[in-house]
Amino acid sequence: MIRRLALALDDRLGTAHFMRKALRKAFPDHWSFMLGEIALYCFVVLLATGVYLGFFFDASSQPLTYNGSYLSLHGIQMSAAYASVLRLSLDTRAGLLLRQIHHWAALVFLAAITVHMCRIFFTGAFRRPRELNWIIGLVLLILALGAGFTGYSLPDDLLSGTGLRIAYSVLISVPFVGTDLAFLFFGGAFPATETIGRLFFAHVLILPALIAAAMTLHLGIIWRQKHTQFRGPGRTENNVVGSPLWPNYAMKSAGLLFAVAAIVTALGAFFQINPIWLYGPYDPANVSAPAQPDWYIGWLEGALRLGPSWDWQIFNHTVPAPFFAGVLLPFVFFSLLFVWPFLERRITHDGEPHQLLDHPSDTPWRTGVGAAVLTFAIVLTFAGSDGVQAKIVGISVEMLASLYRIMLPVLPAVVGLLSFELARELRARRDALPGTDARIVISRADSGGFVGQPEEHRERRP
Amino acid sequence: MTARLWSIAVAFGVSVLGSVCFAAACAVHAGPQLEGLSLFVALGALGLGIILWARFAVPQEQAVDVRDDYPSSGDDRRGAGAALQHGADELDRHGFLTKFLLAAFGTLGVAALFPLRSLGPRFGKGLYHTKWTRGARLVRADGTPVLAADLAVGSILTVFPAGYVDDASSQTLLLRLPPGVLHVSPQRRSWSPQGYVAFSKVCTHAGCPVGLYRASMYQLLCPCHQSVFDVAHAAQPISGPAARALPQLPLQIADDGHLQAQSDYTEPIGPGFWQRS
Repeated sequence: MIRRLALALDDRLGTAHFMRKALRKAFPDHWSFMLGEIALYCFVVLLATGVYLGFFFDASSQPLTYNGSYLSLHGIQMSAAYASVLRLSLDTRAGLLLRQIHHWAALVFLAAITVHMCRIFFTGAFRRPRELNWIIGLVLLILALGAGFTGYSLPDDLLSGTGLRIAYSVLISVPFVGTDLAFLFFGGAFPATETIGRLFFAHVLILPALIAAAMTLHLGIIWRQKHTQFRGPGRTENNVVGSPLWPNYAMKSAGLLFAVAAIVTALGAFFQINPIWLYGPYDPANVSAPAQPDWYIGWLEGALRLGPSWDWQIFNHTVPAPFFAGVLLPFVFFSLLFVWPFLERRITHDGEPHQLLDHPSDTPWRTGVGAAVLTFAIVLTFAGSDGVQAKIVGISVEMLASLYRIMLPVLPAVVGLLSFELARELRARRDALPGTDARIVISRADSGGFVGQPEEHRERRP
Repeated sequence: MTARLWSIAVAFGVSVLGSVCFAAACAVHAGPQLEGLSLFVALGALGLGIILWARFAVPQEQAVDVRDDYPSSGDDRRGAGAALQHGADELDRHGFLTKFLLAAFGTLGVAALFPLRSLGPRFGKGLYHTKWTRGARLVRADGTPVLAADLAVGSILTVFPAGYVDDASSQTLLLRLPPGVLHVSPQRRSWSPQGYVAFSKVCTHAGCPVGLYRASMYQLLCPCHQSVFDVAHAAQPISGPAARALPQLPLQIADDGHLQAQSDYTEPIGPGFWQRS
């Protein structure tokens, strides 16, 4: 049956030439190669659940008085958007389940992307010839952050409205164009009635379409360039060893798809997330304490909290505090990530293509820098919920914030140096044990007898 | 059939059962837990079955791909380069046309931006003013006016200008402080009659409502980024990322006892922006 279909396709499109090779394509089996797949499958879950939610969501800030099935909010003024999320959560078949799966899948999506990116970074997989895919991956991360934030903002509950308020304030802090940009994006000064419609359009069409396009490109490039692989017996710069696409890899990957879907389903079923009926509708004069964003916005929230209280007056103009923490810092952060492959090439003078991955201990300085930057982001993320922590620990928020301000430069430096030293130590120990590293290939010599040669010459940078 | 094959069959069977339960749970509005549990079983067992199949019932083969897709052979590279150059040369013969072409593209691109202007109103004076005017009565969120006799010393209330309840930029905190607490500058001496003092509720850092009050220390706290403002000293920031004091609303007490604004805020409220001087 499958054969006949394939033949029919080949009669019309000549696909057999491609399929013959493609079906035997090798996919490395290392577990860390699953991280990107998990992100992909989260996106699939997000699309599937999102389509269902879209049928019920009303992207309108039209005010109405609630008289639905949730009695605690009866008679309360709210937007049509908030009311529609109440209805879809409380009165729709599997509505709350799918909304919670959608939210959890978004959290896992961003987490998988982040860890996947760390894998790529610490193993040097971004090096030539894969610089372009590193950049596309970063674009995907930014798009995913945007999709997450716009989705978080849609229900028009107290928490999401507060998040939007902050985003608006960050946007108007940009010199020269900030206020105009903010007015264009939000449809006027905050709170504007147009905003929810804009967010909805961005969340369900613009961003997912861009993500799908960038993902297609990302995967197309991986397909063409073939995967990287860790060093090992039989693995060289000139080959890829792994499971063949058909049927081994296809089966495993399909299994992973359902496993990911099952896990986010379990999260959505048993772990309540964003119970907007408890927060109440957005009211600009109200805020719930503690107000926490989703985890992936935590580092920006933390940056805003720890950020300097500067208010620069320049020639009768203002550069306010949120600009430094909310705009400049992420700009520098992402710029550094974007140029990293080229920066590293400058430093190492290594413009050669690399198909074999580094172990993090192979390049102590890269590992150190990566660990430091990662620690910086983690400290910011934790600082983003210092209010909650202060309550738990029982000290004042001001004191905890001061503590974080000290930790912000110190901890990354310490972790970076430690990682550097650890990696160097590991590398030195491995080098001290010849024979465990490079395998010796025994072959017959022309003169008779045997010679042993390292399987593959391994260059190492000083 | 071996036990392994049976286990795969059982997994798929369990998945079928899960799907049936999910359908039933949805049919009767069983709620997220039961719907979720059944869907979890349906998806999880399906995934498990496929993975077991891949592990136990498919031979574990290894494929080895040779990397020969790129770069192309020298022949191809030279050929492609020559073809590219050939076309470019052809176009270059009328090189001046490329300038016109670029001009046309560029103009089209810039022109395409103009409709976007309608996405939002022009940045006007909106961010400089609120709905407070001279003589505007202070009203609560439910619209009832505030009288000078209403607030006990030490209490706090969110107020709006009459007729503009819920206007985001006009939200104001009205506090009544014990005598001697407030340090008033000479210019603001008349702004706080009978210990009443009013500050914009919009945080000067990122615009959140400054909703928390430490009554014992006369400190206002923004729950978003933990800026702290000292009410006794003109709401100057004393901790956190805010750099500017909360603007103060000049108050007066009308003859009939109503609290009123003397005027709008004397500076833009809320977070800073480029045009703010």
